[in-house]
Amino acid sequence: MSAPLLAVEGLSKRFGATHACRSISFELEEGEALAVVGESGSGKTTLLHMIAGLLPADSGTVLYRNRDGVSRELGIMSEGERRALMRTQWGFVHQDAARGLRMNVSAGGNIGERLMALGERHYGRIRASAQDWLERVEIPANRLDDSPQTYSGGMRQRLQIARNLVTAPRLVFMDEPTGGLDVSVQARLLDLMRGLIAEMGLAVVLVTHDLAVARLLSNRILVMKQGEVIESGLTDRVLDDPQAPYTQLLVSSVLAA
Amino acid sequence: MSARAYNFAYLDEQTKRMIRRAILKAVAIPGYQVPFAAREMPMPYGWGTGGVQVTAAVIGPDDVLKVIDQGADDTTNAVSIRAFFAKTAGVATTTQTERATVIQTRHRVPETPLAEHQILVYQVPIPEPLRFLEPRETETRAMHALAEYGVMHVKLYEDIARHGHIATTYAYPTRVAGRYVMDPSPIPKFDNPKLDDCPALQLFGAGREKRIYAIPPYTQVVSLDFEDHPFERTKFDSACAFCGATDSFLDEVVTDDSGGRMFVCSDTDYCERRQAALEKEAAE
Repeated sequence: MSAPLLAVEGLSKRFGATHACRSISFELEEGEALAVVGESGSGKTTLLHMIAGLLPADSGTVLYRNRDGVSRELGIMSEGERRALMRTQWGFVHQDAARGLRMNVSAGGNIGERLMALGERHYGRIRASAQDWLERVEIPANRLDDSPQTYSGGMRQRLQIARNLVTAPRLVFMDEPTGGLDVSVQARLLDLMRGLIAEMGLAVVLVTHDLAVARLLSNRILVMKQGEVIESGLTDRVLDDPQAPYTQLLVSSVLAA
Repeated sequence: MSARAYNFAYLDEQTKRMIRRAILKAVAIPGYQVPFAAREMPMPYGWGTGGVQVTAAVIGPDDVLKVIDQGADDTTNAVSIRAFFAKTAGVATTTQTERATVIQTRHRVPETPLAEHQILVYQVPIPEPLRFLEPRETETRAMHALAEYGVMHVKLYEDIARHGHIATTYAYPTRVAGRYVMDPSPIPKFDNPKLDDCPALQLFGAGREKRIYAIPPYTQVVSLDFEDHPFERTKFDSACAFCGATDSFLDEVVTDDSGGRMFVCSDTDYCERRQAALEKEAAE
């Protein structure tokens, strides 16, 4: 059997006396969606940033299996290689779309940026891809030349997804992708993401505090509390039959409409 | 006054050495922006403090200096910088392009082709071509270091999406020697082809931003573009109203309040000498 797409081993991070993450390990296979859930301050985002190479870890390793089949350790990659990976094989969907988008550039430019970074120099083709992706994320085609500043929150989030997926990445990190959106917009976005993940065979590491989002999008789940993984397993198993007291508390505190 | 009022070319020798070191590094790495400790000059920022410091560092007693501002030798900026060096360095000055050994310029490259013994010094307001899309200096430095220039095309993409063609007409981004993307200073894109394979040494000084960069002689300078929207030099429909030139960059001059206008060469030296030649021809 080949190595997993992503292998995280003993990842730890401290901020002063606080342990943000304590020796976290997991593996992620190709096309698998993993949700990291927990309350605010449990270290979810820190973990995500460490895996994505945005934050150096104090200890532990992240191994990523490249397209050529060779697993490389993230910590010893050069900055250039890491950034190239980020542009080509990875995507990062931020909670705040303004962080993941260029707000002073049109939607088309936002989607086309990754293509241009990869050396595409044909305006017509770039524009056609941008148009295509705009439609795939259900944004009206006539908004192609509008700035994301004129977009609603849900549209910005969908634009951010299009911008990330245009180069067909293998692994996408998502940090609370539905945070701050109203429920009906959330539902549409989740539906869209679920479709794209399945269609493109994306591997996803999804950080969320919303168990419903985790249930809809992920195959497996990690429950974090105070920087530690207290429970993990198949999403349905963990959410339907939580073992750890904290997970039971989390599951029982979901409001039923 | 008995003692000399100024050191040669205003700056003290240590400062000139510091600037020369930056220039050498800039020449060694074409298009790379070298930080340097720009000094306060007796002129406001935006008036060519960077160019003046570079000129002061490269000029010698035997040099002949020409200063142009938007192509003209007779505008305030050009006249005062020329007077500045005439006073502080005692060098000869000229308005004739081929007689000059050092030419300091703001916003134009002379129409007369440059030669190997000449140095062209540009005044640069914002040296960072990526600044439009990336405000963080740490990030733009990393982008230069890793040659991540995709965003530069995003700017051109935006132009075409908005205007149907690449609407950037000045400070048009270039790639130097196949490596660094460089802002050629706010020269019209009409002048961009002159930068390529130029026999003269081209130095760029940004005083406020404290950066020096260079294009060594005979270096490849390519203007960025798209395959289906190639770089095009600005074309003019009319000829110069004074000298009839059709191959030079023209300024539009409004002549009255009822919409009258004319187009004249922006390079005054080029225009005047063409006029003189025409007169001579007519007299013969």
